[in-house]
Order: sequence, then structure tokens, then C-alpha cells
Amino acid sequence: MARHMAQTADVLKTFPRSASTVKEARPREMQKLGDFKLPHFFNYPPYFTLQPVRETREKQVQLWKELILDYCRTQKIFVIKLEEEFPLFSNSVIERTLSHEAREAFLLALAAEGRAEWLDKGHRSCLILWHRIQEWADIIVNFVKDNGFEDSVMTVEEIRSGIESRGTELHGIDRTILMRALKLLEQKGKLAIFKGTSTDDEGIKFSV
Amino acid sequence: MSNFFSKAEVTSSGRPVFLRNEVECHLLSGVDLEPEDHHHFSPLKSGIFILTTHRLLWLPSSSATTPTSASAIPLASISHIFSSKKSLKSVFHSPRIRFQVLVSPDGRVFDPGSGFNSGSGSRSVVVTAVVRGKGDCDGFLVKFWDSWRTRAWESNETSGSGSGTGLASGSGAGTGTGGGLYSADGSVRMVGVAGILRKEQEMWETTDKSLQDAFQDLNALMSKAQEMVKLAEKMRQKLLSGTGSQTSGTNDEDMGSKEEIQDWLLSVGIISPVTKESAGALYHQQLSRQLADFVRTPLERAGGMINLIDAYCLFNRARGTELISPDDMLQACSLWEKFDVPVMLRKFDSGVMVIQNKSHSDEEVFARIKSLVTKPEALRNGISPTDAAMTLGIAPAMAKEHLLTAESKGLLCRDISPDGFRFYINLFPEIDPCNIYFVKDYGICSTWIKAVSTSG
Repeated sequence: MARHMAQTADVLKTFPRSASTVKEARPREMQKLGDFKLPHFFNYPPYFTLQPVRETREKQVQLWKELILDYCRTQKIFVIKLEEEFPLFSNSVIERTLSHEAREAFLLALAAEGRAEWLDKGHRSCLILWHRIQEWADIIVNFVKDNGFEDSVMTVEEIRSGIESRGTELHGIDRTILMRALKLLEQKGKLAIFKGTSTDDEGIKFSV
Repeated sequence: MSNFFSKAEVTSSGRPVFLRNEVECHLLSGVDLEPEDHHHFSPLKSGIFILTTHRLLWLPSSSATTPTSASAIPLASISHIFSSKKSLKSVFHSPRIRFQVLVSPDGRVFDPGSGFNSGSGSRSVVVTAVVRGKGDCDGFLVKFWDSWRTRAWESNETSGSGSGTGLASGSGAGTGTGGGLYSADGSVRMVGVAGILRKEQEMWETTDKSLQDAFQDLNALMSKAQEMVKLAEKMRQKLLSGTGSQTSGTNDEDMGSKEEIQDWLLSVGIISPVTKESAGALYHQQLSRQLADFVRTPLERAGGMINLIDAYCLFNRARGTELISPDDMLQACSLWEKFDVPVMLRKFDSGVMVIQNKSHSDEEVFARIKSLVTKPEALRNGISPTDAAMTLGIAPAMAKEHLLTAESKGLLCRDISPDGFRFYINLFPEIDPCNIYFVKDYGICSTWIKAVSTSG
């Protein structure tokens, strides 16, 4: 979580600079958000206004879903907080910002496809699942097999930030998502989760 | 046959064309008109019977009218009106109105303009109007007497015409008879536009006094206002006939100001507004037809579509007195569906109602909007309803309706920002959701990117 915040801050810091370079580097150079390449339509003002006409809106929502997932995947962002600044939701070049209603609409659309989950009833923060929980579970199984941990014991924190996971997608994974994937595997009998004795951290006993 | 009566002209929406200063007084529906002992004549069945200050008009009531079948009897040709008999028998009959008309030697209703003297060898025929529809028959008779005795047709009889149109006064009509622009004794003989303007000034001065009288009570105001409308119409007629007779001193500038004055005078009013009093049960129907005739000029000026509210204001302004309520207006417009009129009422999704020409097409408007939003400047910054209003030559409120309709058809999309509400060409359909970075080399999307990137 801390890492994700740091990344966001990082992106925010680089955002104004990259925006201005884009302005100078025209024509046909695409705008960037940190190291993330933005599509052309990001500078299309109606993209930032929730469209009232059904057909147009469906297409707009679809494009936002793709962009949010793309961005979160490359930037390793797991949680979007609606009340906080999110770099993708405003464009300083054309001076447009998504309304709260629009943000919620796009995240609701992601949630309806199982690509996002609300963390609270008030819809203030949202888990972005660019991999679904099942896909994360598969990644864990592959990670365990690749490293020969089939019968080993690990802590949850070790999976998230240990040496073994470095360079894999599991590195820096959101704890909530990881726990959900682990619980899914536990239901299938592929591992057991137990409370550690000395630390607050939970231990995992794999039996893949 | 039917040419026993003179022919009456009607407008395309089925309203009678009135003579100069002619005012509609009363209407009855479902009236048969049959001359007694005049066997060559097939009776006119079940029409609308209109009493004006100058004529009796009979219009066929069905909407599929042929304009030729409307008939007119000049009040001047009527020699006697029989009072209604209150007998026991009449209780069971449809009410009748009987009157005697003078017939000229050629077997037609005597026409005061035809040159025959009423005394010379003419005979009379009794005509009966059988009122089968509902209506205030007694009221009609009272008004009939009033109009007949007032002899309004004598006060402005023009020299040559009287057949039916009455409007086509010849070039010589300006002198001698009529409006009093040229005094009979010749003391103040004013010529040309300057004269008219001076006369107008005088008129206003006297009107100023009459207005003061008029404000004493509402009825007086109404009658004064009616006089004003009559005056204005008289001035207009003068101008019309003046154009022919005074060519010598007329240059372009004169013509321009003449037209202006004509326009101005025309906008003063409708001479014979349809009123509840005169039309009774037929009120909305007749109002509807009159409105259809009236809106055609403002419609043309507004490019084929006009806000209902604007039309309402213009219409009431033209009526001057006898204002109609918004409800009446709406009802009159809704009745257009039933008549063969060239205009229609249209309700936008937003609830805004407009009057438009039936020939008006949305496709044409959309095509113009599309060419507007694909200009480089509009691709970059979009268009506001005001921009569209200026380009399309229509009111901003109307332009917004067009833009919203175009949006609902997927042609445009909106952008709401602190800068305001703007519309852009809809790029969404062209973007491939599977590859959001891909741009086709052709199509509106690449045109847009080019326009945006060259803005600097």
C-alpha cells in the first residue's frame, strides 16, 4: 500500500513536466503520464464529460475501462480512492477533470465485469483487478511451482516483498487482493492459512 | 348555379380573405344556404356562415375544401332582413335566418361594384339560412342587423373593385376617395413619403389625445386600439396605391423607406382577429387557421422554425386587442394536425415546443451542423449553441435544441467545463476499444488529431 502511494506521488510529480513536453513535441507525439503512454483521445474534451446518450456513453465507458486497467497494470496501482487525486482522472493540457459521478460510473462499470471491487459501502475506494482473483491465484500457484515451494511455509509478507517474489507480478501486490487469492486457494485445498505465533503476520502452508 | 353568389377567396389554410377594414363579427356552423324560388341554384349544404362588417360568407366546412366553393354576399346587396318568427312551429325547426337580396338582371346577386344601379330593373330574392349546427342564432341576427345598418362598406369603397378581393385598388385610387390623405379642398396637399410621414406625425399627435381618452376604461381602450389598427391598415393601402401613382419623385431610398413603413404598419396588427365572441364554438378551429396564415412570415424569417413562445408574442402583438391565452394558442396549434396547413407544432425531447414548416427537414439542419463542427477551429474547441445560432441564423435556444437532437442521434457529444457547455463531433464510434492507441489514417478521428496538433 505504501509503495502504491509512493508511486502515485511519483507519477504526480512527473505529470506536469511530461504534459508540457508533449505540448512542445507536437505534432502526433502522444501525451504521457509518467512513463505511461496516453491515447490520443485523452485530449478530446468530451472524453471527460459523462455522455448522456446511451450509445455514446457505452463506448465512452468502455474506453475508460480499458484505459484505467491499462494504466493500473503498468503503474501497479491496486486501489483508486475516489476522493483523492488520481492522475488519470484529470488532464491539465485541456484543463478537464472527471466529475465524481463520472469516476463512480466508470468504476461501477469495471466492478460489474469483476475487474474492480468496492472496499466500502460508501464507494469511496475501489480495488482494481487488472487480474481477476482467479488469475492471481494461478499466478501464485505458478510462483510456488517455479520456486519449488510446493511443501514449504511462507508468510504473507514474504510473498509480497520477499526476495523470491522480486521481479514477479506478485511483488508489491495489494494485501487485500493477495489474501483473497490465498483464501480462494485454501478453499480448493491447495494451502492452509494459519495465524503466526510470534508476529501478527499470517503464515501459509502450501500443499500444491 | 353556384355563381348566383359571388365567389369568396380563402387562404391556403381555409380562412377567408378579408376586404380592406373588414372585420369578422359572428360565426355559425352547420348552415345551409338556399335562395327561395331560384331553381337553378343547388343549395349550399352545411358550411360555416360568417358575418363580417361587409359581407356574408359561406365556407364549406369539410377540410378538403376547394377554394372555389366559398361564396360571398355583399351586405350592400341586402334589401331586407326578416325578423325571426317566434311561432310554436319554429320551436321544432332548426332556426332560420331569412333576408332579401337584390338580384341584378343577369340573374346573380347584385354586386355594388358591378356598375348596376340598385334601382334599375333589379328584382329581389329571399335567401334562407338554415342553422343546423349549434350556435347563437339570435346573437347572429342582432349582429347582422348592426352590420347591415352601420354600412361600413360605404366608408372605404374603392373606385373600381368590389368583386371579391377588394385589395387591388388601382393606381388612381389614391386621389379623391378613401383615406383622407389628400384633403378634398386641396389646402394641404402632400406628396410622396414625406407627406405620409408628416401625416403620420399628425396622426400620432391626435392619437396621443385619443389615447388619453382611451385609458379611461378598458372597453374604450379596445375600441381606440381597433381604430389604430384600422388607421395603420389605411396608411398601408395608401402606400401600396401610392407606389404606382407617384413614380416621378421616387428613388431607391424612397422605396426603401416605403417598404420599411409598410412593414412597420403591417406589424401593427391583424384587422379582424378571430375572437371567442365572434367565433363561438368554432373559435379554436378558426383561430388555428388564422394562426397558420399568420406564422408563415415570421417562420420564413426565422429559417423554418420558431419558438412557440415567440410566435405567441408575435401573434398577440399583431392582434393588439382580443389577446389569446397560452392555452388557446396551444389548442389552436394542436388542431393543425386536422387541417391541411403547411405548418406544424413540434415538441422537442426537452419539452420545448416550436412551430415549423412541414417541409422543414432535420437532415438538412444536421448536415449544416456537421459541416460546422468539422471545421478545424470547431474540432479543437467545439461549438457553443451561440456559435451554431449565428451560423444557422436562428435563435440560440433553438440552436441548442438542434444540437441536442444531433447529439441524441450520435452526431455530437458534449463537453461541460468551467468554460461552458460545448459540443464536439462524436469521435467515440471510430475508436477501437481493443486497441486504444490505434488511429486509422483516414476518418474524422485522424482529421481531429491533425487539427488539434497544429494548434500549437
